[in-house]
Amino acid sequence: MINMTNPVGPTPLDKPGLVGQPLDRIDGPLKVSGRATYAAEYHDEHPLYGFVVQAAISKGRLDEIDTTAAEKAPGVRLVLTYKNALKQGPRGTSGNPQLEGPSIDHHGQPIALVVADTFEQARAAAYLVKPRYAAEKGEYDMGSSLAKSFVPKSNNGVPADTASGDLTAAFTNAPVKVDVTYTTPPQTHAMMEPHATIAVWNGDSLTLYTANQMLMRGTDMVAGTLQIPKDKVRMVSSYIGGGFGGKLQVEADAILAAMAAKVLQKPVKVVLTRQQIFEITKHRTDTIQRVKLAAGRDGTLTAIGHESWSNNTPGDTFYESAAQATRSFYAAPNRMTAHRLVTLDLPHSSSMRAPGEAVGLLALECAMDELAAALNMDPIELRIKNEPQEDPEKGRPFSTRSFVPCLRKGAELFGWSKRNATPGQVKDGAWLVGMGMSGAIRGNPMLTAKASVTLDKNGIATVRSSMTDIGTGSYTILAQIAADMLSLPMARVRVALGDTAFPAAPGSGGSFGANSAGSAVYDACNVLRGKLLQAANLPPDSTFNNGNVTGLGRTVSLTDLVGPNGLEADGAADPGDSRKAFNQQSYGAHFAEVGVDRDTGEIRLRRMLGVFTAGRILNAKTARSQAIGGMTFGVGAALTEDLVIDKRFGGFVNHDLAEYHVAVHADIPAIDAVFLPELDDHSSAMKSKGIGELGICGAGAAVANAVYNATGVRIRDYPLTLDKVLNGWAAANKTGDAVSQRKAG
Amino acid sequence: MKAFTYERPTTLADAAKAIMAKPNAKFIAGGTNLLDLMKLEVETPTHLVDVNRLPLDKVEDTSDGGLKIGALVRNSDLAADPRVRKNYGVLSRALLAGASGQLRNKATTAGNLLQRTRCYYFYDTTKPCNKREPGSGCSAIGGFNRILAIMGTSDECIATHPSDMAVAMRVLDATLETVSPDGSDRKIPIADLHRLPGKTPNIETNLKPGEMITAVTLPPPPKGVQIYRKVRDRASYAFALVSVAAVVDAEGGMIKQARMAFGGLAHKPWRVEKAEQVLAGAKANAEAFAQAGEDVLAGGQGYGHNDFKFPLVRRTLASVLTTAAHSA
Ligand SMILES: Cc1cc2nc3c(=O)[nH]c(=O)nc-3n(C[C@H](O)[C@H](O)[C@H](O)COP(=O)(O)OP(=O)(O)OC[C@H]3O[C@@H](n4cnc5c(N)ncnc54)[C@H](O)[C@@H]3O)c2cc1C
Ligand code: SF4
Repeated sequence: MINMTNPVGPTPLDKPGLVGQPLDRIDGPLKVSGRATYAAEYHDEHPLYGFVVQAAISKGRLDEIDTTAAEKAPGVRLVLTYKNALKQGPRGTSGNPQLEGPSIDHHGQPIALVVADTFEQARAAAYLVKPRYAAEKGEYDMGSSLAKSFVPKSNNGVPADTASGDLTAAFTNAPVKVDVTYTTPPQTHAMMEPHATIAVWNGDSLTLYTANQMLMRGTDMVAGTLQIPKDKVRMVSSYIGGGFGGKLQVEADAILAAMAAKVLQKPVKVVLTRQQIFEITKHRTDTIQRVKLAAGRDGTLTAIGHESWSNNTPGDTFYESAAQATRSFYAAPNRMTAHRLVTLDLPHSSSMRAPGEAVGLLALECAMDELAAALNMDPIELRIKNEPQEDPEKGRPFSTRSFVPCLRKGAELFGWSKRNATPGQVKDGAWLVGMGMSGAIRGNPMLTAKASVTLDKNGIATVRSSMTDIGTGSYTILAQIAADMLSLPMARVRVALGDTAFPAAPGSGGSFGANSAGSAVYDACNVLRGKLLQAANLPPDSTFNNGNVTGLGRTVSLTDLVGPNGLEADGAADPGDSRKAFNQQSYGAHFAEVGVDRDTGEIRLRRMLGVFTAGRILNAKTARSQAIGGMTFGVGAALTEDLVIDKRFGGFVNHDLAEYHVAVHADIPAIDAVFLPELDDHSSAMKSKGIGELGICGAGAAVANAVYNATGVRIRDYPLTLDKVLNGWAAANKTGDAVSQRKAG
Repeated sequence: MKAFTYERPTTLADAAKAIMAKPNAKFIAGGTNLLDLMKLEVETPTHLVDVNRLPLDKVEDTSDGGLKIGALVRNSDLAADPRVRKNYGVLSRALLAGASGQLRNKATTAGNLLQRTRCYYFYDTTKPCNKREPGSGCSAIGGFNRILAIMGTSDECIATHPSDMAVAMRVLDATLETVSPDGSDRKIPIADLHRLPGKTPNIETNLKPGEMITAVTLPPPPKGVQIYRKVRDRASYAFALVSVAAVVDAEGGMIKQARMAFGGLAHKPWRVEKAEQVLAGAKANAEAFAQAGEDVLAGGQGYGHNDFKFPLVRRTLASVLTTAAHSA
């Protein structure tokens, strides 16, 4: 068992090997040739098809729901409503009940499931379900409901509020300060694969082929909801077409499919449409964030305050921990962070890639840029000036902290010295050009995990774990770890993931996947090495090389040691106390150059660079992909993504990817990510840190700061769309130096 | 999606007959708009007449030096046609500024002209919408209307026609050719195809029931510089907030003739004769461009989120005209 209470010390991964190499994803060929089976594709189950009917109001209840016409429609087998739904457990961390009763909490809430022989029949019949509503007035606008905000219960043991020193006094007395409010809109995960489940009952055992990032927690939730023993639930998510947090929980597709399959005693498939995903599943809440920074004239921060408001459906306690990163990022003697939650009658909000940091840094890192401008100081120097030597709130040491090297290396690679600090000065044809930067910080969690590894008589090693691969490269890095630990080539390692029949791992979320499952695989391999040594009768200091083990002057092939049935070993990993003893984060610095059209205000990214440190990099290629993927997400957050709330009706106005704008290829021209070498032996058995979310953290702020540098317009309301640029120019009585000053004719 | 019947005629005569044989029948071409609307039951045809096997997929020279574009010519093919690229650059650019490569491969000339609005509420059957359900109200007025119209709107509807291609065709003075179920054919100037919403936003064009577009003809190439400028929220795969299609004939700092059509402003490609008259014979300078902008926007109305389109039109137009006058 790996326990991270103590540093890992020297390991077999310290010598150069496959770990770290930019290897292609081992599941790539399966995916591009259509042989990777996704949740909705277990066709041999011959499922019936369920289609969800959604509430057309945002608050109130069903007075009546008439299913007669739907039931008579061709091919229909079942119409499930609250009247005939199975009894379910309560809503909470281990319950997501559906069709509980007539009450309606939010627009788009499932109110029925129509099951038919074909998808088309189910969908057609779904429109025949006739609900009658008693609507009530709801509240949909956070800005006008702040008076009703409250202190939420802590998220995962992290308190909602922290404070030290005297923020008010320090702020009042400071010679230079900013007090700014930033707003970020709701966002949706917009992963490629929709939420999808095929539910199959075998007696009292349930198998769910489903798209889910965290299977063990998923079985808890399914069991808790359906009120069945947890060991009767198997979840299979072999391949997942992206999640970004949208598949951390068991959603309506799984629960409804399971209930219908139980009633009908036949497999049932439910796939949500894109339009349904927006309101049935969770989204990232909008936030209002107030940041106060105070500094001496030399740029030394004396006070940092960060308050954040977010919202959720009645009874849902998740809040966006936007100020959490502020607790670790910069030194200052007087500090305050606070989170407040507002209850609104909107769809449920929850985690989306880097919950907390992703939107928190959009505010903090722009406020830092504003402070740098007020100080007439380079924003990189401002950050270096306030580099803490230890956790600024708790006084714990950092496990490792290489933020300053990221800043310096990034500045050098990006050509930061060429930036003109005075906004609105650099022109290139029709464009105003600006550069901006931002810091990146992301917590480095780890959870308990298990894995097993077998080595068969043909020398093939097979790793098993209920870890998931949501497109990140889990299959590949786990194979690399096992290959190095057992001194095998990649071609002799198989990895089987995404099945709760395998040893329990938490899955993919919060950037803990590689730390947790990787350490368990490492441990399993270590145990297997022990067994091999025992079989070979060799001492622990023997060396593994090329599928052999050498010691005492003897070299033995591993295949000769495993016997006819092969050898198996179980591994486990536990975070221990290292995260209490050390403040653990991964770091980075983003640099962006944008062009802003002088006539139209259109903002286009021109180039972007991220420089990161996250302990040992397990695969240079998948790590870079994660980083540039996160940065791309950040560009979307800065410039385009906006899930618009209809403040009269509740619910969201834009329902599809034509009108919810994620960044497309043309928006991301030259983008690169660089990882600086680092080892963190308090983090994981591999001395690596989580990287799945680091890339998004701060990325959007670098873009926003570049827009300010280009235009002189500071937009504090994300996303930064051209209308806001035009308004900014109009307010400042500037024209963007556009048409009126350009010579015509 | 409601169940429907389907047929795929191979002659115009059969297609014309088929469309009237069943009530509530519709033509389907690329299906890139119609199918989306059917899935949401915004459109509920009972019968589809697939026009894809009709011999309408050619681009041909006309005797007067123009082009005749078959109704089924795909947006990608039309944009890539060498004659279009050489002589009607504004059209090629407008097409390529629209949608995505995959959609353009499917989308047809007629389907593009007849695509329906992207008003969010039109697609959301839980909300009132006069276009979808006459008399139910307009959710966009007082709601989120950032992408919607500022010109030619009514109290009943502020939807825009979202096409890029149609804006270019409008500036080129294209003409539609149609056949009706009774076999008669007629020509319709593109200016007369789309209607303003008025009291009947559900009636979007002046086509008669069952009337099929067979071709679009372009007059001989106009003189002057051709520009298509699309202003949008991301670099690709976004509908126009505002677009300008311009053909400007200028020389020595003087504009001889300027033709301008606008997308993203109205229920149809927007073109204002007065603005063109003002520019004809005018000096190419900021004052003239500003005046043209005022004339284009005369009588317009903003609805809050889309107020920015007024300055945006002025600025974009001035930019386009400046570029055109410079490159002439
Ligand atoms: C995500 C997305 C983004 C898009 N972005 C853009 C964009 O940026 N710019 C842009 O301009 N467009 C855009 N489009 C719209 C696209 O251009 C249209 O969907 C397409 O042009 C429609 O052509 P179609 O052949 O597929 O039409 P269909 O969907 O087949 O038909 C559309 C309508 O035309 C009717 N019809 C078709 N052919 C005939 C005929 N011969 N005679 C009479 N009636 C006929 C049909 O009955 C139907 O009502 C986008 C679409 C999508 C889905
Ligand atoms: S603008 Fe037109 S299409 Fe949009 S909601 Fe109003 S009536 Fe419907």
